[in-house]
Amino acid sequence: MPILKNGAVIDDPWIVIADDQPLLVSRPIIVSLARWIAGREILQRRNGLVGVRLRSDELAEDIAADLDHLSLVAIEFPAIGDGRGYTTGRLLRERYGFSGELRAVGPLVRDVFLFLHRCGFDAIEARDAVEAAAWPQAVGAITVAYQNAADHGAPRLRRRDYSPAAAVEHNGRS
Amino acid sequence: MYLYDAIDQSLVDQRVEQFRDQVGRRLTGALSEDEFKPLRLMNGLYLQLHAYMLRVAIPYGTLSSNQMRKLAHIADAYDKGYGHFTTRQNLQYNWPTLEQTPDILAELATVQMHAMQTSGNCIRNVTADQYAGVAADEVADPRIVAEVIRQWSTLHPEFSFLPRKFKLAITGSVRDRAAVRVHDIGIVIKRNDEGEIGYQVIVGGGLGRTPVIGVNLREFLPERHLLSYLEAILRVYNQAGRRDNKYKARIKILVRETGTAEFIRLVEAEWEQIRDSAVELPRGEYERIAAFFAPPAYEILSRNDGGFARHRLEDRDFASWARTNVAPHKQPGYAIANITLKPEGGIPGDATSQQMDAMASLADRFSFSEIRVTHEQNLVLPHVRQADLHGLWQTLKRYDLAAPNLGLISDIIACPGMDYCSLATARSIPLAQDISKHFADLERQHHIGELKLKISGCINACGHHHVGHIGILGVDKRGEEYYQITLGGSADEAPSIGKIIGPAIPYDKVVDAIETLTETYLAIRVGDERFVDTVRRAGLDPFKQALYADP
Repeated sequence: MPILKNGAVIDDPWIVIADDQPLLVSRPIIVSLARWIAGREILQRRNGLVGVRLRSDELAEDIAADLDHLSLVAIEFPAIGDGRGYTTGRLLRERYGFSGELRAVGPLVRDVFLFLHRCGFDAIEARDAVEAAAWPQAVGAITVAYQNAADHGAPRLRRRDYSPAAAVEHNGRS
Repeated sequence: MYLYDAIDQSLVDQRVEQFRDQVGRRLTGALSEDEFKPLRLMNGLYLQLHAYMLRVAIPYGTLSSNQMRKLAHIADAYDKGYGHFTTRQNLQYNWPTLEQTPDILAELATVQMHAMQTSGNCIRNVTADQYAGVAADEVADPRIVAEVIRQWSTLHPEFSFLPRKFKLAITGSVRDRAAVRVHDIGIVIKRNDEGEIGYQVIVGGGLGRTPVIGVNLREFLPERHLLSYLEAILRVYNQAGRRDNKYKARIKILVRETGTAEFIRLVEAEWEQIRDSAVELPRGEYERIAAFFAPPAYEILSRNDGGFARHRLEDRDFASWARTNVAPHKQPGYAIANITLKPEGGIPGDATSQQMDAMASLADRFSFSEIRVTHEQNLVLPHVRQADLHGLWQTLKRYDLAAPNLGLISDIIACPGMDYCSLATARSIPLAQDISKHFADLERQHHIGELKLKISGCINACGHHHVGHIGILGVDKRGEEYYQITLGGSADEAPSIGKIIGPAIPYDKVVDAIETLTETYLAIRVGDERFVDTVRRAGLDPFKQALYADP
């Protein structure tokens, strides 16, 4: 399935390693949280980037202490209605300051891209090429927002601005 | 009333086009029904027994006359000439087509309305006291907070796919007309000894299969922390709420399974992390919103209008309507006029387009162009001069809108039931109509006094039967409609869940049973006890005996 990174389809350099597969030398790999916890020392010594994949019931605090060693955190969205990962994403970005790749693992349709983007995800596993190609319309569908999230300051979205500079404009509004 | 600015309007306009695109993809098959379902639900579109149903949001039950006219127009142009006001203060159209839904939403957007978050597992359209801003007993106007919450919760990126639906209700009065203790979150606005405004926060109330009265999370949350505190509650719920069983997914189950003390600890711990952060509403924004709810330009009038008193003396029918349907207003010389949508033998909550247009005109003439919807499926003209009440009533009569029965036994709440709903196991509407006809004698209704009768057509309890003084729940017994009766429920500031009186009874015995229950009450009531007071004092036994003793 196509991976969108910052809105563009990329050749995914990351390889998902199942719990019973051997680790690959010097390739970027994604392992489960259980594998990471069990083999943390080996994985840290290994040459090559490491990412961890969280199930939707695994939480940000389960991985928070290890974020310095990780270049990617992938969060599973097993169904459109399972929204736990939105909170996990926001907490990783806003509370724990994670700055690596935050990937939403689907398959995901365009209708949730904007929510994911606003919760701090910069990579998305789209359902297919058609959904991936819809990124610009999907993220541009709603250009205003009422609440802060992990994207505050993003140019396309804005919450009402109460900075002194904006006061003049707002006072002029009835 | 709150008026949209360019930001609000853009959001609603863009949402219409986003939904138009989603409907288009469904129609071409690019979206499967499974994929489309959560998307249409987030925009108020259900698939019912016979057709789609569109639920239009009426935030905290406040409507302008122009908005009401638009609702009437949509009923004529896209539906069958009527709409149904609901217990969430919303309006439902029962016969729209999928293809036309985006056009309906575009029409709504022209009058600053939408259907966002009237269904789906998200933060639902917020409800409030229908007497907000005008009640004589009010501490503070709940509409300001309600609008703040409407905005904060709209398309919230983190909380759009919760374990289950999430409903908030707000009151600013000691008298609870918004049933805040049976909501996922209930808010009571309070003033402390220093005169500061704050919020009592109640969580985990609800009806449905597992009726629960909410527990207090906070006795007094300072005003400025509202959004961070709500965000903390929602965040705990989003991550910890059960997703394995939809019947155990509401926050009330999480509170129960976690334990109240531990749940409070979790919320407070999360809140400590985000209080005073960018989540909080800027003071300037609070004030900007509050300014929209300034009182209208009332005339200076004497407290009691002589003409109003005279009309009541001279016209018995008017006096009867005024007695039940008029409530005291905080402004001298004004009154709150209730329009019950419960005519004799009618369908609770239904209004025709003609009636909607008539009420819009009356609101323009008599009520500063404002209308409210109540959770008991009635409407309110919130600012009527006492001197105008008689003229208002005469016009209401012409449109069959002057039923003088607010709070009486024929002022029934009923869900749509099996006439429309795909979840229902029994009919609600015909039963409500039969009870209404049986108790048509107004003198008798007054003799019985306040009696809240609520009917649900299935265990999901949309008709709030658990909190009816008399509750009626439709069940299916081997393919036959049976009805289980509960007594002693209440959704006000002294809430209680009704108790089942005995085995369910068949459809054609229900009216007789209600007759027996009211007769029993009249025989044993003491002084001016209401029905519910008698049940609380005497217990179920006398009613049980009367209903089940004779074979």
